[in-house]
Amino acid sequence: MRKFAAERSRYLLAHTNDFSSVLQHPTASLYSSSSRSLKSQLLLRFLNTTAAPNPSSSDSMASDYSSAPVKLDSINPKVLECEYAVRGEIVTLAQKLQEELKKNPGSHPFDEILYCNIGNPQSLGQQPITFFREVLALCDHPAILDKAETQGLFSADSIERAFQILDQIPGRATGAYSHSQGIKGLRDTIAAGIEARDGFPADPNDIFLTDGASPAVHMMMQLLIRSKNDGILCPIPQYPLYSASIALHGGTLVPYYLDEATGWGLEISDLKNQLETAKSRGISVRALVVINPGNPTGQVLAENNQQQIVDFCKKEGLVLLADEVYQENIYVPDKQFHSFKKVARSMGYGEKDISLVSFQSVSKGYYGECGKRGGYMEVTGFSPEIREQIYKVASVNLCSNISGQILASLVMNPPKVGDESYESYSAEKDAILSSLARRAKKLEEAFNGLEGVTCNRAEGAMYLFPRIELPKKAIEAAKAVNTAPDAFYARLLLNATGIVVVPGSGFGQVPGTWHFRCTILPQEDRIPAIISRLTEFHKGFMDEFRG
Amino acid sequence: MSSKSLDYENLNENVKKCQYAVRGELYLRASELQKEGKKIIFTNVGNPHALGQKPLTFPRQVVALCQAPFLLDDPNVGLVFPADAIARAKHYLSMTSGGLGAYSDSRGLPGIRKEVAEFIERRDGYPSDPELIFLTGGASIGVMQILNTIIRGAHDGILVPVPQYPLYSATISLLGGSFVPYYLEETANWGLDIGNLRQSVTQARSQGITISVLNVALAYLVYLCICDKVRAMVIINPGNPTGQCLSEANLKKDTITPYIEILFNAHPFMLLQWRRYTRFSISLSPNVSGQIFMGLMVSPPKPGDISYERYVRESKGILESLRRRARIMTDGFNSCRNVVCNFTEGAMYSFPQIRLPPKAIEAAKSAGKVADVFYCLKLLEATGISTVPGSGFGQKEGVFHLRTTILPAEEDMPAIMASFNKFNDEFMEQYETRGLFKDVKRNGETSTCCLHKLASPEKQLASPPSLIPTFM
Repeated sequence: MRKFAAERSRYLLAHTNDFSSVLQHPTASLYSSSSRSLKSQLLLRFLNTTAAPNPSSSDSMASDYSSAPVKLDSINPKVLECEYAVRGEIVTLAQKLQEELKKNPGSHPFDEILYCNIGNPQSLGQQPITFFREVLALCDHPAILDKAETQGLFSADSIERAFQILDQIPGRATGAYSHSQGIKGLRDTIAAGIEARDGFPADPNDIFLTDGASPAVHMMMQLLIRSKNDGILCPIPQYPLYSASIALHGGTLVPYYLDEATGWGLEISDLKNQLETAKSRGISVRALVVINPGNPTGQVLAENNQQQIVDFCKKEGLVLLADEVYQENIYVPDKQFHSFKKVARSMGYGEKDISLVSFQSVSKGYYGECGKRGGYMEVTGFSPEIREQIYKVASVNLCSNISGQILASLVMNPPKVGDESYESYSAEKDAILSSLARRAKKLEEAFNGLEGVTCNRAEGAMYLFPRIELPKKAIEAAKAVNTAPDAFYARLLLNATGIVVVPGSGFGQVPGTWHFRCTILPQEDRIPAIISRLTEFHKGFMDEFRG
Repeated sequence: MSSKSLDYENLNENVKKCQYAVRGELYLRASELQKEGKKIIFTNVGNPHALGQKPLTFPRQVVALCQAPFLLDDPNVGLVFPADAIARAKHYLSMTSGGLGAYSDSRGLPGIRKEVAEFIERRDGYPSDPELIFLTGGASIGVMQILNTIIRGAHDGILVPVPQYPLYSATISLLGGSFVPYYLEETANWGLDIGNLRQSVTQARSQGITISVLNVALAYLVYLCICDKVRAMVIINPGNPTGQCLSEANLKKDTITPYIEILFNAHPFMLLQWRRYTRFSISLSPNVSGQIFMGLMVSPPKPGDISYERYVRESKGILESLRRRARIMTDGFNSCRNVVCNFTEGAMYSFPQIRLPPKAIEAAKSAGKVADVFYCLKLLEATGISTVPGSGFGQKEGVFHLRTTILPAEEDMPAIMASFNKFNDEFMEQYETRGLFKDVKRNGETSTCCLHKLASPEKQLASPPSLIPTFM
């Protein structure tokens, strides 16, 4: 039975890859296939990629699944509801095209797929920081620390740091579950790093080390959301982890719009309005999410703006959820990162005045260690009872991965002046950050040079979020194939150039406006090619749809 | 702070209800005592390395090289790492696009899922599809993901064995579902009783709860018996905390291993929705180092490999020692007054039943504690042994247990068991009926044993069933 069924599943999976088209009902409008215009070429490509699989052969088997205990209509609807565009439809298509290129080189007008959809630096050639990896390797295999030959392979200070860290782990057992908040010694290091950064003390007991920042966000949503009547204020556009997490936990997203015209600024009056509107609908708003530097928008908040936000949260009794994972990614000299904790403390607000959670991750910055899964949340201004509950939820999973914990401590306490590895570490870090700044600038200029496209500068983070004025004709063509206009654009872009971006609708945008998010992460030497391909495509697109 | 801010009153109820005893009251008390300088033996969680078990060398060598791939270019790397570890590191690195620091596919690296599928096929003799394998950051995440997909609300029930590893009860609580217990039969070596199971399902259905079937291969058999529509059923085999291996007669033997194999009966659209869900759910991708460890677990060194002999020596050594410690512990518990213990056939735990005298139960009540919590706290204070009370796992009404692990070092075992025995004797002395006790004391040690044996003849357990090789 198992053998038969496994084959069956394999068949079905292979033939229902583009599941989104199966779930929707694409109404394909017909364009003459004899026309050689770019438009129809583009559209034919488009239609081909949305072709629904042939369901007829599965009819006889379909009845086998009617008795399956868990079906589409009986799984948790919150799971169905949540969306994560960063790895959505466009990416699935890109992977399909990549397979096709592999099997049949030359089958597309491009040689390779360029993934500009996800903040995954090391998948695009960025190198890890050597010192960090040296320490991690030694901690993964402490047995070699006693060998003389090891000194020939590793820098002296990485060996020293490994010893230091291992001494903080009982029995030097990096394979053992740690304290559910993370190894105490590492939390001490992180707290010291926070203090050095902000100039205000941090308590290691406020720190919860997690497998990346995302699990920490989920934990907070779980605590805060009791029902659909609980709302969380989120910026629009936002990183869709928030909308997805809120949906998954059964809450309500209360949007506040960032102002594109003022570099994605945040207006307190808008926050107030959204809060009041939500309240009038019976929503109890529990928290405010702020992403600083912003994703996808890349803005770095001005300090006085941050002060207004802190005051707002304090006054309204909202928990301030500060996503600060891009704190090391700042590209403009006129802006600086200030943690919300620093801002709050500078205003004289302490533990009793404001509930604040700060999220940090090892996935971004100049280290870009997405696959290691490291991060933490610093939780301040909560009662001991709440802290106990947070601890309890953290303990069900026992602990986060130790390697990720160690990495988080390295990120918050990197080599210092005078350390043997300082110079090489510094050189690596500066090279990466200055390159990111250059790429951000180049791509921003390129986007602004396109007809009908405006793009705010990326002050920080890893993305550009250009806005396209799509001509009426394009919007209509998109409607005709039952696709959002920005997704329509993104799909055509992919088919023509191999460049993968994420449609703005995945992040939220003012209705009637269209954007896409493009990362600044492809290696610097690929940027000119990306720009020229994109420019050429865009010109063709506008020629066809300008009307 | 504004009263509207997050406080205990307005916290998510499901979070409040959720309990996880493994790191609950006993563990917290033990940690406090440790801070005060008391020596604590943590046997509350299956955490082998924390109790001195050494990591296997080969996997650590491979992962260290993957962490620092620049080592592979160093001419001296061969002085510190064997050639097969170097080759294997290159093999796994080639599966990634960007090494350990890049997000992988949210299901895990395809190359490793393929190795896992091949392992399953070798183990079971039936094909396994890599497309149906989801690598996760530990098994707990996988369990949570599946349960999250199934549980819509309080009307969705999950059949869970009692006693169970409280991940299941905690997760079901957090997700707002219903925990539907089916009791394992202690007198039948913690066997699964289909009658018990059927009873649980019927009872739940009468309360309007629909039950889910997770492991369909096993449930197929159960389905025939129950002839009911079921939603999900958890089976822990080898058992935790109970340590039994379900016999083939009981159920078709299967092992839950730390990845999720979505069985074929899941509707393909449901599978695809689930893929979509896992793309972001708790983390974008499982950590890549962990994935590589999984690959190494399912394809260890082979005969002829440089590292093979050492690998076999290390792993065999650990398993044989675990086997011996399982014996020492079970026998040790069985020689204690008022303690009965099923043999640990598998897993890492011992789950002795403690026959608490009525006076002890009363004393616990007065202290505001559940009876086995009371016992375990006293055990902790007296000996430093940190266990988890049976109430944390579930047990029949009025029957008490504690869970400990078989993980303390072999050389420490005799002392630990002696320490337990001494404490237990003193505890029982304190709380048993005075009359019986006085006689015993006057007559000395032997009389104690004799009297004790007379008092509980069922303690004469049959010799443990033949050891089914369960560790690898």
